[in-house]
Amino acid sequence: MPAITRPLPDSASVAPTKSARGFAPAFAPAFEQMSARRLYIFGGIALIAAGLLFGDIFAVFILHQNAGRQGAALVAASRAVAAGNAAAVNDAFSHLGDILEDRGTKVDAHVHMIDAGYLALLLALVQPYIAFSRRTKKSLAVLFIAGGVLLPVGIFLIHYVGLAGSPFAAIGWASVLADSAGALLIVVLIVQARGFWKYLRSRQISEPEVPDEDSMPRRALLTGGTILVLLGFLHGAYYAGTLLYEHERMETVILQRMINAATAGNLDAATTEVNNFGNLAGARAVNIAAHSHIIEFGLLAMLLSFVQPFVFLSEKWKRRWVKLLLGGSVILPVFVLLELKLGLLAGGTADIGGVMVIVGLVGMLVGILRYSGGLDVARNDVGKADAAEGAP
Amino acid sequence: MTGSRKLLIFGGMALAAFGMLYGLQYALFVEHQTLDRMGGSLAHSFSAAASRNLAQSQAALEQYGETKYDYVRQVDAHSHWIGLAMLMIVLGVIFERVNFSEGIRQVVAFSLLAGSALFPLAVILQTYHHGAVILKALAVVGSALVIAALAATAWGFARTLK
Repeated sequence: MPAITRPLPDSASVAPTKSARGFAPAFAPAFEQMSARRLYIFGGIALIAAGLLFGDIFAVFILHQNAGRQGAALVAASRAVAAGNAAAVNDAFSHLGDILEDRGTKVDAHVHMIDAGYLALLLALVQPYIAFSRRTKKSLAVLFIAGGVLLPVGIFLIHYVGLAGSPFAAIGWASVLADSAGALLIVVLIVQARGFWKYLRSRQISEPEVPDEDSMPRRALLTGGTILVLLGFLHGAYYAGTLLYEHERMETVILQRMINAATAGNLDAATTEVNNFGNLAGARAVNIAAHSHIIEFGLLAMLLSFVQPFVFLSEKWKRRWVKLLLGGSVILPVFVLLELKLGLLAGGTADIGGVMVIVGLVGMLVGILRYSGGLDVARNDVGKADAAEGAP
Repeated sequence: MTGSRKLLIFGGMALAAFGMLYGLQYALFVEHQTLDRMGGSLAHSFSAAASRNLAQSQAALEQYGETKYDYVRQVDAHSHWIGLAMLMIVLGVIFERVNFSEGIRQVVAFSLLAGSALFPLAVILQTYHHGAVILKALAVVGSALVIAALAATAWGFARTLK
């Protein structure tokens, strides 16, 4: 394994020297052709963008409809209580379980795809400290990206495949796929930890660290990301301090009122309580979604700050993508919170925020692809020139 | 590598590993039973009401509330441990850009580590003592440590901009 002994090349050797007009592969050693780092960065950004897109589609076409079906199932259950029909109650709850599984697996697929992307970007950063050969690191990267794709696909399919053709009593083939992909990710991470342990013993980095470029887009992503995470923490603390316990208490209170009204045969009152239950679930959902999205976008901005040296775009376009991404990162959680007051208008604006983040992310990915393409073409040209010089 | 970076990276890795192992044991041995009990008790509450057995319905609904109280906290603690650990590792990579002396950076890093470990721990302990004030206070202290440390970090990054 080619080892690079500390100290690293000084910052001057990795200073940003590229421009949109002239390609100068200053960061080439840190971004070798088909290296593990490239795979993690491409795969990570693609997974995050795909996960965000899936989340946006889910929010627009499935989320609200699903909430309506949950309400309808609860109304059916309360009517069955009023009629004294215990079997119909069980049917209603079986249907409700099906609806919740539909929603839950889609949310989980969205979350797991994005989190696998975050982990891939994190692994791209730590590759210099993984003391394995280039080939081994590349194989691990391929396995990780494969696991990161298959895990959400398996989760998504759980609701549709069910137990069809499964030899197990409670686990279907889609669950087997998801669990196997999850196990693959764990195995890759354990092997990476072993590589890190080897580095700690030798103290020799195996490839150059991510270049320490000091640019406006990088600083903006770093500072903006930290502030977003901080805002998310503050909102979480506010929610936990003022609303969480009240929401928990109200849930059982509303359910009790629903049951009492249904038992008394007052179906209008029971339906009102079903609506109250839906509103409470909505209030909890928007607070939790705002809290988790703003923190995840903050973390994403911080991770993307590391890959800015590889974004081969003019400074103007790099700034545009950063502004778009940070703007969307604020708009989405803020308007998710406002959904309870402004309804669909806020929901639509939040979705636009999500699209802004996706566009910013894809813009950066295009810049990295351009950098890779330019780097590879430059290498091929040098190879051809060397071959021509060596020819008789 | 400076002391503050070591604290964040190694502390973050240890916390992430602990959070994952905790989540794994919970998923393997507790979660499915908990979910079954939660869904089953709610359904039982309604079906008991349909049979006009209101005492049983009330008891099942209380069991649902208590089970959900525990489940939410177990999942929250697991995800917060791992999420905070990831944040610590990311910050550890770039902590030298926080424009304070190494002494202050170490205090900030230690606050982040202590808060990140304490806050979810206090949340989990609430499942054993529902509503215990001391545990709520510990959770507040843990989250305050994390927020203060992150505010200091953001300030440190912003100072670099000048």
